Amino acid sequence: MSSATKKRARTTPEAPVLPRFGVPWRVIGYVVVIGMAMLYLLPFAIQLATSFKTGPDAAANPLTLWPTTPTTAAYERLFGLSDSASSVPFLRWLGNSTVVTVVVTCSRVLFDSMAGYALARLDFVGRRLLFVLLLSIMAVPGVVLLIPKFLVLNTFGMFDTYAGMIVPLLVDAAGIFIMKQFFESVPREVEEAARIDGAGTFRIFWSIVLPMARPALITLTVLSFQGSWNEFTHYLVSTQSSEYETLTTGLARLVSGGLGSGTLYPLKLAAAALSTIPVAILFFCFQRYFVRGTNSGSIKE
Amino acid sequence: MSQTVSRPAPPTGRAASRPGRRRRVGRQGLVGWLFVSPAVVLLGLFMLLPVLMAAWVSLLDWNGQSNPFTGGKAEFIGLENYRDLLVDDGLDRTLFTTSLRNNAYYVLLFVPLVTILSLSLALIVNQRLIKARSLFRTVFYFPSVTSTIAVSTVFLFLFQGSGTVNRLLSWIGITGPNWFADSRGVLWVLLGALGIVDPDHPSGLLADHGFLGLSWFEWLSGPSVAMCTMILLATWTTSGQFMVIFLAALQDIPRELEEAAALDGVNRRQLLRHVILPALRPVLFLVLTLALIGSWQVFDMVYVMGQGAPGNTTLTPAFLSYQSGFKDADFGQGAAIAFILFAIILICTGVQRWLLRERSGRSAR
Repeated sequence: MSSATKKRARTTPEAPVLPRFGVPWRVIGYVVVIGMAMLYLLPFAIQLATSFKTGPDAAANPLTLWPTTPTTAAYERLFGLSDSASSVPFLRWLGNSTVVTVVVTCSRVLFDSMAGYALARLDFVGRRLLFVLLLSIMAVPGVVLLIPKFLVLNTFGMFDTYAGMIVPLLVDAAGIFIMKQFFESVPREVEEAARIDGAGTFRIFWSIVLPMARPALITLTVLSFQGSWNEFTHYLVSTQSSEYETLTTGLARLVSGGLGSGTLYPLKLAAAALSTIPVAILFFCFQRYFVRGTNSGSIKE
Repeated sequence: MSQTVSRPAPPTGRAASRPGRRRRVGRQGLVGWLFVSPAVVLLGLFMLLPVLMAAWVSLLDWNGQSNPFTGGKAEFIGLENYRDLLVDDGLDRTLFTTSLRNNAYYVLLFVPLVTILSLSLALIVNQRLIKARSLFRTVFYFPSVTSTIAVSTVFLFLFQGSGTVNRLLSWIGITGPNWFADSRGVLWVLLGALGIVDPDHPSGLLADHGFLGLSWFEWLSGPSVAMCTMILLATWTTSGQFMVIFLAALQDIPRELEEAAALDGVNRRQLLRHVILPALRPVLFLVLTLALIGSWQVFDMVYVMGQGAPGNTTLTPAFLSYQSGFKDADFGQGAAIAFILFAIILICTGVQRWLLRERSGRSAR
């Protein structure tokens, strides 16, 4: 909940403007709302339940929320605990996703806030032009860059390497934009005072401005984490070997039949569930920062 | 948030610091460029340069084997890639127009559906009296932060031939279709159910005549059953995100405005019609624009849920661009598709901006 709503709730009574609905309407309303909520929740519940079922059980009872014979076979196979011949390189995917996400998130937090600060506060030749370029870059739709990105990576010899997966994601235009908006809202007086005390620009940025930017930095962190963890198209066009597969590209190949796996729904759903967990945890802890990110005009890719 | 999209950068006290400016520019100029240099280099190399290179490649006949930028051979063929897609009769054009048709139907259904749903969810969650408001908000919002690949996997399971959804439908006596394998257009399915046309055996005027390589029967068929499943998935995953945008706007409506309306004795419908909806107009256009731009970019879902199958009815221009390059080794063609897609998105956004300007101009008068 934004601070604005909190303030309003304090100054004006929470009472609704119009009288309450009659009891029958209220009952109908709650039934509808809870029904809608079920539509949003049930797919995840069924996903979790099915991941603990056996293959035949999943096929025969796709609707039940409790496995008839609960089994962790799918998870054991994903973590390589069972000696099944056709094991899925899930740990490899998990490792790749983790490494890429951590590097990209750290780098975005640093570089985006530096660029955002410069665009908001520092006076230099070409600043306006850079900002216009930034806005144009934000307008370029991601899927249009599928083949173009491959061309560049191929030319630089970065195709099918970790560098090719990571480097192009190290900075994102939307993040710079968010940070610029934030830094413009910070009162100038603090910096001016520090400047008079003789602090240099780096010093001011690092020890005064950045600590003040905590909410914006958290927003940027959760958005970057979510963005690079869920990223699919970039990894798809920047790699081809299975050793570079992430949770998204690996799962996509598993699901679209690339691993020759037949149906195997418990396995696929378990992999999908595990790949959702980190973002889910982040979401439940930092939901208001997700809200803030969504509302800063950024577009989920 | 609409202001974050279109507001120009506020003046930064330039005029005020006129005398000292020269010196400051000198000192800060270098530091400023130092601060932006990582961003400038990375965005330049991986956002701007690719677009320029792709523009060149879209004029080449290049099979992806040797790189034309490092001395490899690729024949310059001018606009032929574009001509193959838009003018010359052939397989390339048929595939491309099919993908455009599919995506146009996707836009036509998805944009209104997701807008209405997310606005309704926001209005419900914003009710001051509803218990557990934040719980409901969390529930509706959660799908939009998950990975498309993961939720597509779930939907593939739910919508199998003998899957969850069909099991549910059988309870009310409906035999559900084999969702992801059903290439029939929903319009003909509906009309066929009423006995007006026979969807399996098209005949007559509509089937015999066509436009851009597709018969009118194919143009008018509506999205296929498989495509509708994807539209459902997209609506389910995106509605929460748009709900959050609407919610922020709803909470920005001054309470005094609503109280004044209540004193005037309005009922709920009038309050919605005359107070809330007008206040939401800018955000409504923002959501429409985001939905429109997003729906021309459908890729992940298509990749997981069938790669264009069944019968090319889930093929989208974005996926076709990928397929031409990486599967058929015709990178020139793929780049050309990407540029046409880019133009479509720009035109759509432009038209919407223009409509928005019209509207706000009229309401101001």
